[in-house]
Amino acid sequence: MPTHPRPAALPSRLPDLHALQSAFARRSLLRGAGAVGAVGALSACGSDDAGGGGDGEATTLGSRFGDEVPRAAEDAVIAAFTEASGIEVTPNVQDNETFQESINSYLQGNPDDVFTWFAGFRGRFFDDQGLVGDLTDVWTDIEDGFTPAFKEASSNGDKQILVPVLNYPWAVFYRKSLFEENGYTVPETRDDLIALCEQVQADGLVPFAFGDADGWPAMGTFDILNMRLNGYDFHISLMAGDEDWDGDEVRAVFEEWATLLPFHQEDPVGRTWQDAAASLLQKESAMYILGMFVGEQFPEGEERDDLDFFTFPALDDEIGNGALDAPIDGYMMVADPQDEAAAKDFLRFLGSKEAGELFLAENPNNIAAHLEADTSGYSALQQKAAELIGSAENIAQFLDRDTRPDFASTIVIPALQKFLQDPEDIDGVLTDLQAGKERLFVEEG
Amino acid sequence: MTATPVAPPPAPAAGGGARPRRRRRTRLQLLTTTDRVVLAVMVAVPALIVLCIVWLPTLGTVLLSFTGWNGIGGLDRVNFVGTDNYEAITTSYPPFWTAIRNNVLWLAVFFLVATPLGMFLAVLLDRDLKGSWFYRSSIYLPVVLSLALAGFIWQLIYSRDQGLLNVVLGLEGSDRVDWYGDPSVNIWAVLVAASWRHVGYIMLLYLAGLKSVDLALKEAAAMDGASETRTFFSVVFPTLAPINVVVLVITVIESLRAFDLVWVVNKGRNGLELLSALVTANIVGEASLVGFGSAIATILFAIAMVFVVPYLGSILREERR
Repeated sequence: MPTHPRPAALPSRLPDLHALQSAFARRSLLRGAGAVGAVGALSACGSDDAGGGGDGEATTLGSRFGDEVPRAAEDAVIAAFTEASGIEVTPNVQDNETFQESINSYLQGNPDDVFTWFAGFRGRFFDDQGLVGDLTDVWTDIEDGFTPAFKEASSNGDKQILVPVLNYPWAVFYRKSLFEENGYTVPETRDDLIALCEQVQADGLVPFAFGDADGWPAMGTFDILNMRLNGYDFHISLMAGDEDWDGDEVRAVFEEWATLLPFHQEDPVGRTWQDAAASLLQKESAMYILGMFVGEQFPEGEERDDLDFFTFPALDDEIGNGALDAPIDGYMMVADPQDEAAAKDFLRFLGSKEAGELFLAENPNNIAAHLEADTSGYSALQQKAAELIGSAENIAQFLDRDTRPDFASTIVIPALQKFLQDPEDIDGVLTDLQAGKERLFVEEG
Repeated sequence: MTATPVAPPPAPAAGGGARPRRRRRTRLQLLTTTDRVVLAVMVAVPALIVLCIVWLPTLGTVLLSFTGWNGIGGLDRVNFVGTDNYEAITTSYPPFWTAIRNNVLWLAVFFLVATPLGMFLAVLLDRDLKGSWFYRSSIYLPVVLSLALAGFIWQLIYSRDQGLLNVVLGLEGSDRVDWYGDPSVNIWAVLVAASWRHVGYIMLLYLAGLKSVDLALKEAAAMDGASETRTFFSVVFPTLAPINVVVLVITVIESLRAFDLVWVVNKGRNGLELLSALVTANIVGEASLVGFGSAIATILFAIAMVFVVPYLGSILREERR
């Protein structure tokens, strides 16, 4: 499922089909290559099966960082690791969409030892299927670098399965200059927020930029409203399939959303998040609930420095505003690596301060997961994001990483889009969500 | 994904069929053992290939549609759930009925608008007008464009905020039409884009057919005082019967296979549901609901069969005649 297209070089709607084709192409190519035994020509596509000699000499990495910027950062990390340890790392890079689309067959086919993936349910799912390796002993060495919240997000029960590298917050983004020009202040309460929205509308602007053509951006709005109204614990158990979607709690979320919807850009379902970000950039909209990657749409320099954010105000004083979405990206190991010793050495390095800093050098829209990473190079926005995440009471991973991928893509996206088209019909939306949940969250045999 | 069997175009009569008479009488003696082996192999190999790459996967898909398999693990992880998938699809999966409606709509528009328009253009361009090569290639161009590009071109036209169409229509502010986002409009918007490609395709097929019409027939009709229209419908159209059948079958199959444009626009959601897009959304990617997606694919296959079987039947009857 296409999730946050970070860092997106192209509008994400374009490479989809291409990604689909190349996912199939790669699969068949590998099969063909296996038949011919042309392993040499394909050293980049997984390692050959000549006996898994786990002697810690070389490892392979399956990466979804096909875009230039993260690619350069990852290459720098690999070079630094090889220099420090003498272990060769062979990267096998695909574009982000393709890698995510084909993850199932990739992990079951001939995967690399180490691969890029996500924290939360989305990683645990593959551990439950027995496809990824146990990194508990790696964590004993890197534990000091991460907060307990990060460790929890990287664990399945009491076993660790992921080394976190980067993350970024979802918040309400705005342009400082626009707020100054018009005398707006950051809202502290729900009343403030409504008053601000009305003021913005009176000034002939749109309070909230909004685009949901790709289906996932609206999940960010759902997440934050659900966490503000029903609390983090309810949100997580709802995601895990332990709560009803047609109960009063979720209904309250949609009712609140329906109240706020008139303050959003009209017709969101036909608009990409990039186009919505453009309206924030052009000062047609005042605010935008999105991840920090919104900065990708702002030209470097004056405009990007003008970007600021605040966390969504509390809607219920009992619950407060201490929870937020801050998805974590990291690296995992496959269940049966060719060279486990080398793979774990590499993962230890990926969980180090140096690796975190190298990743950040090129990447202004993320912050390092590592606690001790040098933040002197951070922009004001990154500093603020690091503080926000550091002080958060609870960190969720974003809807499509906190719940079953099939539920998020085939049930939640259509339901949210239906709601955005017809906010009156909350009953119908809740019925769809509940029916989908009952169908997909069954005990797997 | 199931392979929808694509009906083969009628094979041209092999070798002119004018074999010398005496050879036919002594044919059996002339076939050596080697010949027979060669013949057997020539029949068996294609049959085996078709069996392996078309029918076995099809059968596999049908079988998988009765399971709850998630694409992970081997056969030991496959759990049979009977007809649960089919029940869920028809009762608690709202996109399905929208998709059925859209596929039917697609077929109707192609059949009633795009295909006749393609034929009409072919008839017009069949006369050697000045610069007809230019018109032909312009109309055929959409067919050769890569789909990602076609999707992008239409995005530029249909975009709500910066699109050409809303600007040309002079719509401002909240009067703007969200051509791709509004579920009551977007299927029509996509159908225009799809027809834009389909017309060129049909035109080319038909042009090829028209080239083979004997001029003498047209002249004879003209001598008898038939008008242009009358000539076309009474003389040319009937002689093009084989091409007409191919065009009809292609129109049906294209409508059932329709996928790429809606996938490029919004992954076949929000008013653009099509059966093929639902299959893909459920099977490909992380969702990996192989059993559920296979059930949708099986339904699509059954619908395709309704159209393909009578066609094959008529082909076989023709052969026997």
